[in-house]
Amino acid sequence: MDNGGGSSEAAAQPLEWKFSQVFGERTAGEEVQEVDIISAIEFDKSGDHLATGDRGGRVVLFERTDTRDNGGQRRDLEMMDYSMSRHPEFRYKTEFQSHEPEFDYLKSLEIEEKINKIRWCQSANSALYLLSTNDKTIKLWKVQEKKVKKVFDWNVHPEKAAGNGPIFGSHVSAIPKSYMANGGCGERNFGCASNDSSFPPGGVSSLRLPVVTSQETNLVAGCRRIYAHAHDYHINSISNNSDGETFISADDLRINLWNLEISNQSFNIVDVKPANMEDLTEVITSAEFHPTHCNMLAYSSSKGSIRLIDMRQSALCDTHSKLFEEQEAPGTRSFFTEIIASISDIKFARNGRHILSRDYMTLKLWDINMDSGPVATFQVHEHLRPKLCDLYENDSIFDKFECCLSGDGGRVATGSYSNLFRVFGCSEGSAESTTLEASKNPMRRQVQTPSRPSRPLGSLSGVVRRVKGADNSALDANGNAFDFSMKLLHLAWHPSENSIACAASNSLYMYYA
Amino acid sequence: MAMVDEPLYPIAVLIDELKNDDIQLRLNSIRRLSTIARALGEERTRKELIPFLSENNDDDDEVLLAMAEELGVFIPYVGGVEHAHVLLPPLETLCTVEETCVRDKAVESLCRIGSQMRESDLVDWYIPLVKRLAAGEWFTARVSACGLFHIAYPSAPDILKTELRSIYTQLCQDDMPMVRRSAASNLGKFAATVEPAHLKTDIMSIFEDLTQDDQDSVRLLAVEGCAALGKLLEPQDCVAHILPVIVNFSQDKSWRVRYMVANQLYELCEAVGPEPTRMDLVPAYVRLLRDNEAEVRIAAAGKVTKFCRILNPELAIQHILPCVKELSSDSSQHVRSALASVIMGMAPVLGKDATIEQLLPIFLSLLKDEFPDVRLNIISKLDQVNQVIGIDLLSQSLLPAIVELAEDRHWRVRLAIIEYIPLLASQLGVGFFDDKLGALCMQWLQDKVYSIRDAAANNLKRLAEEFGPEWAMQHIIPQVLEMINNPHYLYRMTILRAISLLAPVMGSEITCSRLLPVVINASKDRVPNIKFNVAKVLQSLIPIVDQSMVEKTIRPCLVELTEDPDVDVRFFATQAIQSIDHVMMSS
Repeated sequence: MDNGGGSSEAAAQPLEWKFSQVFGERTAGEEVQEVDIISAIEFDKSGDHLATGDRGGRVVLFERTDTRDNGGQRRDLEMMDYSMSRHPEFRYKTEFQSHEPEFDYLKSLEIEEKINKIRWCQSANSALYLLSTNDKTIKLWKVQEKKVKKVFDWNVHPEKAAGNGPIFGSHVSAIPKSYMANGGCGERNFGCASNDSSFPPGGVSSLRLPVVTSQETNLVAGCRRIYAHAHDYHINSISNNSDGETFISADDLRINLWNLEISNQSFNIVDVKPANMEDLTEVITSAEFHPTHCNMLAYSSSKGSIRLIDMRQSALCDTHSKLFEEQEAPGTRSFFTEIIASISDIKFARNGRHILSRDYMTLKLWDINMDSGPVATFQVHEHLRPKLCDLYENDSIFDKFECCLSGDGGRVATGSYSNLFRVFGCSEGSAESTTLEASKNPMRRQVQTPSRPSRPLGSLSGVVRRVKGADNSALDANGNAFDFSMKLLHLAWHPSENSIACAASNSLYMYYA
Repeated sequence: MAMVDEPLYPIAVLIDELKNDDIQLRLNSIRRLSTIARALGEERTRKELIPFLSENNDDDDEVLLAMAEELGVFIPYVGGVEHAHVLLPPLETLCTVEETCVRDKAVESLCRIGSQMRESDLVDWYIPLVKRLAAGEWFTARVSACGLFHIAYPSAPDILKTELRSIYTQLCQDDMPMVRRSAASNLGKFAATVEPAHLKTDIMSIFEDLTQDDQDSVRLLAVEGCAALGKLLEPQDCVAHILPVIVNFSQDKSWRVRYMVANQLYELCEAVGPEPTRMDLVPAYVRLLRDNEAEVRIAAAGKVTKFCRILNPELAIQHILPCVKELSSDSSQHVRSALASVIMGMAPVLGKDATIEQLLPIFLSLLKDEFPDVRLNIISKLDQVNQVIGIDLLSQSLLPAIVELAEDRHWRVRLAIIEYIPLLASQLGVGFFDDKLGALCMQWLQDKVYSIRDAAANNLKRLAEEFGPEWAMQHIIPQVLEMINNPHYLYRMTILRAISLLAPVMGSEITCSRLLPVVINASKDRVPNIKFNVAKVLQSLIPIVDQSMVEKTIRPCLVELTEDPDVDVRFFATQAIQSIDHVMMSS
């Protein structure tokens, strides 16, 4: 890779991953509640905050603690060498219920509350903003500290005022509904307020303003906007534009463009729905804006292609400006070819030059200036190739694994089964390939699964044996059992440090190197 | 906890409710802030209320928005203009909140206050505030700062002016696109206050930077500024500095930028003068009319009349008209629709000969467009072309178009054409109308869709107004009254509705002799819905017919209806009788 010699030098040395933290760890034998399973993970741009979403529609926020005490010098700290003993540490900040289960009466359709994606927006002042989405509805949340107020020195004793209520009719707080129903509170009739001119010129000295004191603060999450009714199919991605004012949402067949401030209209910019649904051969699986070029976005498809579109060219971007896809090797076509080619996730590298894509078997790194093929391919699930039939039968073959890149673009990571995830070095000459387990001892399962050269296929792929009686599991190259129910789908790489957050079912594991 | 004097009690509660837990009550108190201020007096308002508001800015956005608005008109309550500066601190904090609408309102209020403040106070208080905001840590403050420069700048001494200009330049290069957008959209206002010498140097260089911004959203706003800046500059400077930019923009890679140019271009023609218009702007506009992107063509087509108005007719005929011809058969229906909505306005610009020769064929082809919106847009602007060439030339093609729209399968299309019928009638004249359109108007009364029947009844009323009662007596009333025998009660109900609308137009005599008997007769209908509508119609006829008729005909009929088995019929009949009694009493 060409993004700075420093990173490739550092990348030559495989990283030593260490356990950092776990949130929501499962005790032995504890049964996992479906609603607690994590379904989205996202660091904010600064890396000071981390958000997770779960199938129960909740969003949990974590904040970084290790840089807090240094306050103003944070920037200097980040400039320093990575080899510092400090590593990102997070603590629970707050959580809120983002989505509730709903029912679409017009379509007779249940809408799950599961959070599909979370994206952070530009924060302003001390308030954090983030977008969360389930299958149908995107919401903009604002999380901020509010002072807990204590008010003293009332003019009228609060209890007394309530007691006097009936006499003064409409202006008593105990019956707020009455004037709201009357349509506007300005209508209220204030005995002496109506003849204002009767106030003495110096004012009335007996009136005084309440005194407010506050020591504590309280985190409050408020829903600022709801972007609804724009998707006929399930939303799979949301992505913010670098202009800080717009974002896209993508479902199976369409991509819509929104303005963050306007929730009642969106523009359809990509529509792949054929006139006749029987002609449908390809769906959108993921979409993301370029990190710096406001006019570029990429989306991936179930056929394994990535399209780069330029929103400057036309209002409806049905024609791509670049198409990235790999020609399949002749003679390898099988029943599963198309299924495993489907891309489950794409991510732009921070520099905007590369796109990382994940399909069922591999991670691929693309250079947006080279559409003839990927610049690197990393085998993730090659050892599962003989088992595709079983994986198809138990639907695992449709699992959507996410992928992520390190902030410097020198490494990539993605999840696998048995709560394993894999980290690959993608700088020039790097052969780094690490398999880690989402547990307190990540290196326990350290195996040397070859990742390069990517082709021809690793010779170990045939070694997999079947264990008697283990329905849902297989063995990896080292004879370890693979558990297809323990899949690590979601993970995120810290934007500036070598730190990975990943979700194993309901637990959030954090690692550093 | 002292008790307050009884008459002050409501004020006391109002003040307390500034801090109530219920947001509606807080909102209400903020809305009555001026009342509170008057009760406290000017001095305590300055010393207590305003600081209190500055400190308590940790509220919901709705409350903050109301506060920002109230403070904008607060000068009288703090003791007049000489104390206006005390209002700045709370508004300054409101300028930094996260919610855009609160900030915008705070900026608006600050501008309002600043424009009243004394010059020395502006220097002492206002300009430092602008500088603080412009150097704010968060982008929210910097966004707000951009909107205050045009107030602060004029009263600043020279040295400060230089500083303010350089601060604005920095804001235009801010890291955050939001700040650059705000700077770009406020540039026109700020430029209007800057001296001509600096305008050409500082402001133009800022402008040039903005026009080359990476973010499309910033460049879009720079385009918007073109026209405003162009008007400030001398024509030759405008030609030298703005014209190349706008010509460049008209060929920008981003369709959204070209779209903005298409919307703005005509405004620049005046600023640059006739020769550059002919040389540069007309070709640029022609390019936009032929743009690849339909959205751009829509915007350009929508401005075709405005653009032609500032050109001389020859240029318009030579350069614009050929494009218009192409657009009339554009592949996008929205382009044709946009064109159809303005093209009629070109007739007065081009004059009679060119209109007949060149425009008429285009009108005619648009009138036959497959997309109903296009046809409707042409019909809606018929009056404009009538003034130039008269309707006769069009009427031959008009009729089939109207008939087709009148029978369109989308009821909204039928509704739209009904609404243009009175306009058409006035343009086409009675003769043409009787022959061709009269039957259609009756047909709509029996449409399957309620909205159409309702609109049809209204249409009859407007026609009667247009052509007068005598005409209506001949061409509307008999046909309408005949339909009261329709076997379907919904259609009979439409007729009742039409009668109640027509009666005021037709006057007392015709109402008594022709309409009233039909209504009275309908009170014997077997359907209760008809009967209570009869009661309602009778009620509406009371003021039209004379007293004796009410007593002789209407009241007995209503009395009969009050004994109807149906509760609704009895209700409306009773209500109508009450209103008779009421009229009697008042007269």
